[in-house]
Parts: sequence; structure tokens; C-alpha cells
Amino acid sequence: MLRNSRDSFGLISILFHWIIALIFIGQIPLGYWMVRTSDFALQFSLYQWHKSFGFLVLGLSALRLVWKFANTRPADPSAMATWERIGSHVAHVLLYLSLFAIPLTGWAIASSSPLQIPSFMFNFVVIPPLPLTISDSAEAFWTASHAWLAYVSAVVAACHILAALHHHFWKRDSILTRMLDPRRKAPERAPTQDVIP
Amino acid sequence: MTMPTHFIAAAARLGIAIALAFTPLAANADTLSQVAGSYKIQPSSRIGFSVGQVGGGGINGDFKKFSGIFKLNPADIGRSTISFTLYPESVSTGQARIENFLRSDAVFDSANFPTITFKSTQITQTSPNTADVAGMLTARGKTSQATFQASLSDHGKNSITFHVEGKILRSRYGMDVGTPIYSNVVQFDMLIQGQRS
Ligand code: HEM
Ligand code: HEM
Repeated sequence: MLRNSRDSFGLISILFHWIIALIFIGQIPLGYWMVRTSDFALQFSLYQWHKSFGFLVLGLSALRLVWKFANTRPADPSAMATWERIGSHVAHVLLYLSLFAIPLTGWAIASSSPLQIPSFMFNFVVIPPLPLTISDSAEAFWTASHAWLAYVSAVVAACHILAALHHHFWKRDSILTRMLDPRRKAPERAPTQDVIP
Repeated sequence: MTMPTHFIAAAARLGIAIALAFTPLAANADTLSQVAGSYKIQPSSRIGFSVGQVGGGGINGDFKKFSGIFKLNPADIGRSTISFTLYPESVSTGQARIENFLRSDAVFDSANFPTITFKSTQITQTSPNTADVAGMLTARGKTSQATFQASLSDHGKNSITFHVEGKILRSRYGMDVGTPIYSNVVQFDMLIQGQRS
């Protein structure tokens, strides 16, 4: 139940996936909107929310990775083609990388900015700056890296989501349900037996 | 052998202490009566401020443009007055982005509220050369009571300099953006130079 099995992800992996996915997906429009608003007071607080949730993603992802290495991974359905397996695993590795690279480059923006605005996560804990060069050009570099990584990974995440929906509604296999229900034990459904009405 | 040396040293120290205790009083009683009159605040004054931030450090700056007059009545300090006008547009912190933020409608809204004014309501002497200056501070259309501590630091025949300190709660003036990352308390540290007018 808590741990992953050969058939399904366990509750812990499922919670990690969906909580992180939700925050991650929220961070992208939040980031896009906050840099473009002209209301300075609103912008200041949106930046602080964005930083706080970003640090939350970073912390949760570190725990998630530890949990992943302490667990087996449910086997891919036998009906999946080799290219599909490779494609999905590459996407997962890229998504895992972005869960670290994006918050770290965000942290680098806050650390290298001459404004030196403290990171006070949810007005609760002060996160110290990374020991980086403080200058306008360093800040511009990390901002560009952060933005590029965020938008590129949004495309990867979109492919990932479309693939999950494709498995569920088109191929009708267990890929999506095993990331939703930790009690799932039933064998995989055959890929195309049921005809769409 | 050591007894007499100790005795002499102790006596000398006592003598100096007595002399020190009486001199400033005498000097002040003598000179304060000469300073009566009306003064214009000189541009050479310094209106410094600082706002602390979580984890240490903060924002320091000063205002370059201001004006004001004060009337000194040493015979009855309570009848002295000061009125002071500050132009928040002239805020200077050494960081253009911070200055623009401070001028914007997030903080001073200097386009709609070009001045910050202070008018004393009660001046109370607290020692031979210090006084508490209470008055009404108006910023961003809001008026609230504020108190500053003034101490005489220098004076000549036609000029006088006070060191003035005070703490202002910016929330009272609708300027609490950025709290609690940045303190609600603005510490003023000013050198007010007056020229007899
Ligand atoms: C899940 C994690 C995160 C995601 C998906 C994310 C995404 C984004 C996006 C899409 C933008 C807008 C880029 C643009 O259009 O210019 C942005 C901007 C920004 N992010 Fe993040 N971010 C994350 C974490 C963080 C963290 C942890 C921090 C800091 C501690 C941070 C700090 C910033 C800052 C300061 C900006 C504004 C850059 C600028 O001045 O243009 N982000 N982020
Ligand atoms: C609503 C959108 C999403 C859906 C429907 C979804 C669906 C899924 C499903 C069904 C799996 C299991 C794949 C398998 O069994 O091989 C999975 C795994 C994964 N998802 Fe998502 N996902 C979503 C959003 C995201 C987002 C935004 C991220 C990234 C930041 C993400 C990162 C991952 C990762 C890294 C894995 C691999 C987990 C592992 O094997 O350790 N997902 N997702």
C-alpha cells in the first residue's frame, strides 16, 4: 500500500507525484504572470509565493528521489513498444532533472541579484542565498536559464500528460490508474480488446 | 608604598568626575538662551533611514530633497515648533530598482502624494541637550502621530545642528508592502542643520 509493488505505485509515490505535479504546473503560469504584472506591490508578494512554492518543490523532490531509490518501480505493460518505454523513461528522467534544475536556478536568481531580497519561505524559514557572484549580469544569466528550463520542461510535461491520457483513454491500459490507486492489484487490461462505443 | 599612589589617583578621578558633571550644565544654561530664534533647514542636512530585513542587513538610504523651518524657545522648550516637508521622489538607496519600487504606488506613490510632512505638536525637554519631538506625520494621505528624539550636536552664532532619530511604523501610512521580510519599522537617523532666518 505505502510502498510500490510490481503492479502499482504505492501511496507515498502517488502523493509525491501529484502534490509535486500540482505545484509544478501552478508555478509556470504564476511565474509567467508575476514577471509581467505592473503592480509592484502585487508583484512583490507573488514573487515570494513563487519562491516559497519553488523551495517546497525542491525539498519534496529530494525526499521523493530517496523514496524512489528505496522502492521498486512497477513494470511497464508488456504491450508497450520499445520506443514507448524509452520515450517514457527519457521523459521521466528529464522531468526529475527539471524538478531540481528549475528550483536551483530560481534560487540562483534570488542569490545573485543585487537586490538581495531574502527568501523567507512561507514567512516561516529563512533560506540562505547560494554562494554566487552578485551582479546584474549574473542575475540576468540565471533568470534566462530559469525561464528557458521552465518553459522547455513545460513542453516535456505536456507530452508526458498527453501520453498518460493516451494510455488511459486510447490504449486503455493501467498506466494512469496505477498512479492513482495504490490498492490496484488486478492484472493489466489488454490494450485494445474493448471497442470504443 | 602603594597606598598614597592609590589615594592620589582616586582623588584625581573624583575631581575630574565632579568637574565633568557640572561643566555641560553650566555651558548649556549659558548658551541655550543664545539660540532662541527661527531657523531654516539647510540642504546640507542628512535625512537617513534604514529598514531591517529577516536574516540581517536591510535597506539603507536617504532623501535628497526636503525643506523645513523650526523655532527655538529655550526659555520654554515646549513652545518651540518644527515643520518639515520631505519629497519622497528624491529617495536614494544606490539601487535604481529599489528606488523605483519605493517611488511607485507600492510604497510612497510619489506621483499622487509628492510630499511627506511633519508638524510638531509637542516638544518636551528630556535632558539639558535632548528633547522629544512629537507631532503629526502625513504620508500617502494618512496622518498619524510620530515621535522623534533630538539631541543638540553643535551650534554657532547663527547655525545649529541636531541629531534626530525616530522609528516610524510604515503600516500606519499604508506602506506595509514587503512585511515581514522587511521590517515594519523604519529607523530615521537625521542630521538637521538650521540656519537662522
Ligand atoms: C517548481 C519550480 C519552479 C518553476 C516551475 C518556476 C517557473 C518559473 C517561470 C515560468 C518563470 C517566468 C519566467 C519568465 O517568463 O521570465 C519564473 C520566474 C522566476 N522564478 Fe521561478 N520557478 C520555480 C521555482 C523557483 C524558485 C525556487 C525560485 C527562487 C527561490 C524562483 C525564482 C524565480 C524568479 C526570481 C523569477 C523571476 C525572474 C525574472 O526576474 O524575470 N523560481 N519561474
Ligand atoms: C496532470 C498531469 C499529469 C499526469 C496525468 C501524470 C501522469 C503520470 C503517470 C500515469 C505516471 C506513471 C508512468 C508510469 O507508470 O510509467 C507518471 C509518472 C511520472 N510523472 Fe507524471 N503526470 C502528470 C504531471 C506530471 C508533472 C507536471 C510532472 C513533473 C514535474 C510529472 C513527473 C512525473 C515523473 C518524474 C514520473 C515518473 C515517476 C517514477 O517512475 O518514479 N508528472 N505521471
